[in-house]
Amino acid sequence: MSAPVHPPVGVGKREAKMKGGEDRHAKTGWFSRITLAILVFLWVVPVIGLLLTSFRSRDDQAEGGWWRLFTDPASITRLTFDNYVNAIQGRNLGDAFINSLAIALPATFIPLLIAAFAAYAFTFMEFPGRDVLFIVVVTMLIIPNFVAFVPVLKIYRDIGIGGTFPAVWLFHVGFGMSLAIYVLRNFMSSLPRTVIESAKIDGASQFQTFWRLVLPMSVPAIASIAIFQFLWVWNDLLVALVFLGPGERAPLTVSISQMLGQQGQGQELVTAAGFFSMIVPIMVFLLLQRFFVRGLTAGAVKG
Amino acid sequence: MLLKVTTALITVLAGIGVAVLLFWLLNKLAEALPSRWEERLKPFFYILPAYAAITMFLVYPAIQTVIYSFKTRVGFPAESWTGLDNYRDLLGSPAFRDTLFNTLLWIIIVPTATVMVGLAVAVMADRLREKAERAVKTIIFMPMAISLVGAGTVWGLVYDFRPLGTPQVGIQNAIVVALGGDPVPWVQESAFRFNSMLLMVMLLWAQAGFAMVLLSAAVKGVPVDTLEAARIDGANEAQIFTKVIVPQIWSTIVTVFVTVLIAVMKIFDIVYVMTNGNFNTNVVANEFYAQFFTNNNQGAASAIVVMLMIAIIPVMAYQVRNFRREEANR
Repeated sequence: MSAPVHPPVGVGKREAKMKGGEDRHAKTGWFSRITLAILVFLWVVPVIGLLLTSFRSRDDQAEGGWWRLFTDPASITRLTFDNYVNAIQGRNLGDAFINSLAIALPATFIPLLIAAFAAYAFTFMEFPGRDVLFIVVVTMLIIPNFVAFVPVLKIYRDIGIGGTFPAVWLFHVGFGMSLAIYVLRNFMSSLPRTVIESAKIDGASQFQTFWRLVLPMSVPAIASIAIFQFLWVWNDLLVALVFLGPGERAPLTVSISQMLGQQGQGQELVTAAGFFSMIVPIMVFLLLQRFFVRGLTAGAVKG
Repeated sequence: MLLKVTTALITVLAGIGVAVLLFWLLNKLAEALPSRWEERLKPFFYILPAYAAITMFLVYPAIQTVIYSFKTRVGFPAESWTGLDNYRDLLGSPAFRDTLFNTLLWIIIVPTATVMVGLAVAVMADRLREKAERAVKTIIFMPMAISLVGAGTVWGLVYDFRPLGTPQVGIQNAIVVALGGDPVPWVQESAFRFNSMLLMVMLLWAQAGFAMVLLSAAVKGVPVDTLEAARIDGANEAQIFTKVIVPQIWSTIVTVFVTVLIAVMKIFDIVYVMTNGNFNTNVVANEFYAQFFTNNNQGAASAIVVMLMIAIIPVMAYQVRNFRREEANR
């Protein structure tokens, strides 16, 4: 699974057309256009439905779906933020949002720090066993995190950090790091070696070379993998469910999954809650699209 | 709220601080050594935290999980060996065999459908004008950013069911009712695993963008000369697609397929939020969670993980082989 690590083209980025090459646009048949239109429609309508429903009052929701905004325009005047207010305050989603951040930020920073040092050692340092140790990292890439739940939960209970944020961070360190090492090492080995050699000749220590030279040059790769790791943790349900569970430290995913599980009362809040949880990922997506695409495609192999 | 934010902030800063401090100390330690040793040991100081984490979270738990899978009452005073009982009980139970069959359906259907949709969008959008292509791809890719719990809220609304006679909120039932039918409780319709398929649609929706990005890059890499040559020889568009484009991007297709396959083997979130494994939609990851938490049967949970790992070993071998080949070409 080497290809995802270097996707050469981002969403919509197009290479310059070859000179004399036939115009590829020439043959866009009706079949293609219609198929694409249908797919785009199917992809986007569920999300628009959720967005519109989240602003409809409880009573309006009971009278029919979001399309009634078009069939019964009077209901547009009754659109409201109440669902958001009630979900964020009444269902503690504000707290859950902070929990999500408190989990995701260190769970992104710490594995990247560890991985950057290791990737530097693997790329620019000579030591016995280097290749074998790196193969270990590649093997670890796709091991599913399921292998660790039962034993690690037991360890956490024994040393008394069960149900805390550090417990979750450490787990994400263990499972986020191999991918980060792999991607960063691939990137670092494409850096011009002469620059690094000359820094050494000028008397820079390994640490200075790493900190002042290699790290700044690796920013594109670090940004991509940081975005991937952040979103992976932000969107994670299972790890948070196992190590934190529902309760005062639950992140958004866990809180909302509990809301989805309850039928009846407060169903109108689920739509608002769902959209609330998507705000951060969608912002990241829109603002950092280039890094985002590279990060997600590189990270898809993660176990 | 303010207290909450402050506590969270302090915890976050402390955690990050400790990590930075660790490397600072390791570096100081290495520099304090005689310079001959410094150069020799420094690489190991740099990779030490990484391997400590790998040992604690992967190697040790993997071994421990295999051991637990042969035990009963794990974690209780009466913990004892039971040989293959956990495996025998699981594989002997019709419910677990249904779970395995469901998982198999997911593994066959979802990667195939994802590759097909991704490839279709990649090839068709390639011929659009640049702006239109960009817009189409952005929309197809967007669900990749959203959590599967978020997808659960999106599709929960699509599949929503209200009893006959009350207004439908879900669009699928609204259409059925508008056409004169009775509303259907979609996620409970287990005939022909129909509800499982509806859950698969959710994962397809979430992952097709990933397939599209990689396949689109590959399609754009196909030399225009080869397409032209085929056209001159009188090939039609379908032939060009199957005989010229697909063979040239085959390795990417395999990569995408395998990557989605690994994700599907571990699928948990969708089933957890939509049905919690009821109505015959259970898959192995959810059965693992149920054994682990609901039944408190760590032995059975571990046995499920071991089966999952055995299924993943071939993929792992493929990965290492691929990596070796890539290194050789470097």
